Amino acid sequence: MYAIEIERLTKIYGKGETAVTAISDATFRIKPGELVAILGPSGSGKTTLLTAIGLINEPTHGKVLIDGTTVVDEGWRPGLDLKQFRREKLGFIFQAHNLIPFLTAQENVMIAMEINHLTSSEAKTRATALLKSLNLDHRLNSYPMALSGGEAQRVAIARALANNPKVILADEPTAALDTENGKNVMSLLKTLAVENHSAILVVTHDHRMVEGFDRVFHVSDGKITGEERP
Amino acid sequence: MNLAIRDIRYHRGRFILTSIGLGLLLGVVISMGGIYRGLIDDALAVLNVTKADIWVVQQDTNGPFAESSRIPEDIKYRIKGVPGVADAAPLSFQTIQIEREGRPFRFFLIGYDLNGFGGPPAILAGRNIRQKHYEMVVAKAMKMALGEKIHLGLHDYTVVGITGKVVSSSGDPAAYVSLADAQDIQFKKDNDAIRNDRERVGANISRIQTLSQAQTKFLQKNITDITESTHIVNAVVARLAPGASLHEVQERIARWNHFRAISDAEQAKILTKGMIEKARMQLGLFRIILLVISAVIISLIIYTSTLDKIKVIATLKLIGAQNQVIVGMILQQSMLMGVIAYTIGYILISLTYEKFPRRIVLEPFDLQMLFVIVMVICMISSFVGIRKALKVEPAEALGG
Repeated sequence: MYAIEIERLTKIYGKGETAVTAISDATFRIKPGELVAILGPSGSGKTTLLTAIGLINEPTHGKVLIDGTTVVDEGWRPGLDLKQFRREKLGFIFQAHNLIPFLTAQENVMIAMEINHLTSSEAKTRATALLKSLNLDHRLNSYPMALSGGEAQRVAIARALANNPKVILADEPTAALDTENGKNVMSLLKTLAVENHSAILVVTHDHRMVEGFDRVFHVSDGKITGEERP
Repeated sequence: MNLAIRDIRYHRGRFILTSIGLGLLLGVVISMGGIYRGLIDDALAVLNVTKADIWVVQQDTNGPFAESSRIPEDIKYRIKGVPGVADAAPLSFQTIQIEREGRPFRFFLIGYDLNGFGGPPAILAGRNIRQKHYEMVVAKAMKMALGEKIHLGLHDYTVVGITGKVVSSSGDPAAYVSLADAQDIQFKKDNDAIRNDRERVGANISRIQTLSQAQTKFLQKNITDITESTHIVNAVVARLAPGASLHEVQERIARWNHFRAISDAEQAKILTKGMIEKARMQLGLFRIILLVISAVIISLIIYTSTLDKIKVIATLKLIGAQNQVIVGMILQQSMLMGVIAYTIGYILISLTYEKFPRRIVLEPFDLQMLFVIVMVICMISSFVGIRKALKVEPAEALGG
C-alpha cells in the first residue's frame, strides 16, 4: 500500500477566460519510508500540489489517496472530517518553522498531541522523548525566539511527528537555513522517514538539497516534467 | 493546554499594562456609580437623621431644600395640636460660606429647637448643645476641633461637639446651632440696618398728619416689632403618633391657608428626582460613554492581538485544531482582560474612595452589575477578533 497516491490531479483557479491552471494531471505514488522532493521554480505549482495533498486546497479534478484512504475523488470525499484526518494522518513542516511564539519547545510539540485528544501528561512525556531524540533535551523550556534556526526547525519536525503521521508534508523546510543546517535537516528527515516508516514529501526550489532525496519530481508550469533518482 | 494563559504569560508586560489602562477606566466607571449613590445618600442625609413623617413648609413651595420656605415658628403649636401628631419641631436651614484660614469654608447650618427633635444624630466627641446661644455641633467632615470658634453673623460660636456624616443635598457638611442662634444668623439685621429701618418707618408714619403722637408711637413700635422679628423657620417637622393616618394629618394641615404638608417620602422624591436627576443622568451618560470606550479599546486590543496571531491561528488550523480551540483562546483572553481590569479598577477605588472630595458609596449590587456588564462587553468585543480568526485559511501558514 502506498502512503500517497495521486492520480490526474488538477487544480484550476478561476473560471472561463481568467482561469489559471496551477496543477495539471499530476500523477505519482510514494511508498512509506520514502523521502521525495517536488522541485521547481516559484510559481510552478508545487505549493498548490502540497496544499491539495494536505487537504487544505480542494482540487478541481483527480484523485488523492492517503495511507490507502481516498480523500479526494473529483473533490473532497463527502463526509470526510478534513481536520481530523489532518490531525491523525498528516504532519506539516513549514518554511519559517511556524512555531507558536508564546509556547515553549515542549509545549509546541504537546499542542499538536493535545489537539489530537492526548492527555496533557501523555503529551508531555511523548513530547519530551521526541525532543530528546532530536537532541533538543536542553531546549525543552526555551521559547522559539531563543532557538537557533536549526533548533527551531528540529522542534517543528518534532511537532510534525507528534501524532505518528503516515505522511509528512514539508514546505521549503531548508529555505530559511544555511547550507549546513539545511543538510542536517534533510539528513534528519531521511532518518525519520526510514525509522517511522512515513512518507515525506518535500516541496523545494533548493537544488543544493537534491542529493538527499530518494526521488525528485521536477515541476514546471503546473506539470510534472520529470522524475529523478539522485 | 490553555493557549490564552500561555499567550498572556509570554506577553505579560503588554497584557498587564493594557489591563492597568483598562482598570483605570473601569475605576472611573465604578467611582461614577459610587458618586451617584453618594449623591442620593447626601440628598437624603438630613431627611434620614431628622426622622420626621411630615415636613410643613410655605404654601406652594417644595421647601425647605429645593425652594425657599419661610413660615412662623409658632405654627409648631398648632401642628402639635393636630390629631395624630405626636411631636413637632421647628427647623432652620441655610448654606453658609465664609473665609477660614484664608480659604473658602462652606457648610450647611441647621438650627433646631433644643427641646425638640431634628438635632445632631450622634455625638462622636464633646457634647451636645446645652446653652441656648453661641454653641455649635459640627460634622466630622468640617475638620474643626472642639473649642474652636467661628464667627457667624454678629457673634462667635464655639464648637462643643462633633457629629458623624451629615451633609446637605449638595454635599456640604452640616453644623448644628440652637434655633434662636440660627434665626439670628439668618434673619437678624446688623445694628446700622436696624437703625436705618426704624428711621425710615418713623419718617413715613410721621407724615400721616391725622395720627396723634401716641398713635404714631404705638404704630411705629408695632411695625418695627413685626419687621425685626426673627421668629421665622424654614420648616416645621412632625412625627406621627403610632397608628395615625399620614394622609389625614396632611389633609388637615393642607386645609389651613399658607402651609403645605409634605410627607417624608414626597420630600425624598423632591430631593432625589428633582434636585439630583440631572446629575444622575449626566453621570449615567458618562458611565455609558466610558463603557463604550472600554468596549472599543478591548475590541481593538483583541483585534490587533488576533492580527498578530494570524500565522499562529493558520498553523493551528493546519495541524487540525478545531475552531473551538481558537475561539476559546481569543474569548478567554478577552474575558481575562476584563476580570483583571475590573479587579484593578475595584481595588483602586476601594483604596481611594474615602479621599474623594464627594462621598462615594460602593453598593455591592452596583459592583456586581458592572462586573456582569464588563464581562458581556468583553464577550461582544472579542467577536471582532473571533470573526477575523475564523476567516483565516490554514493555507496562510505556508510560505515565508
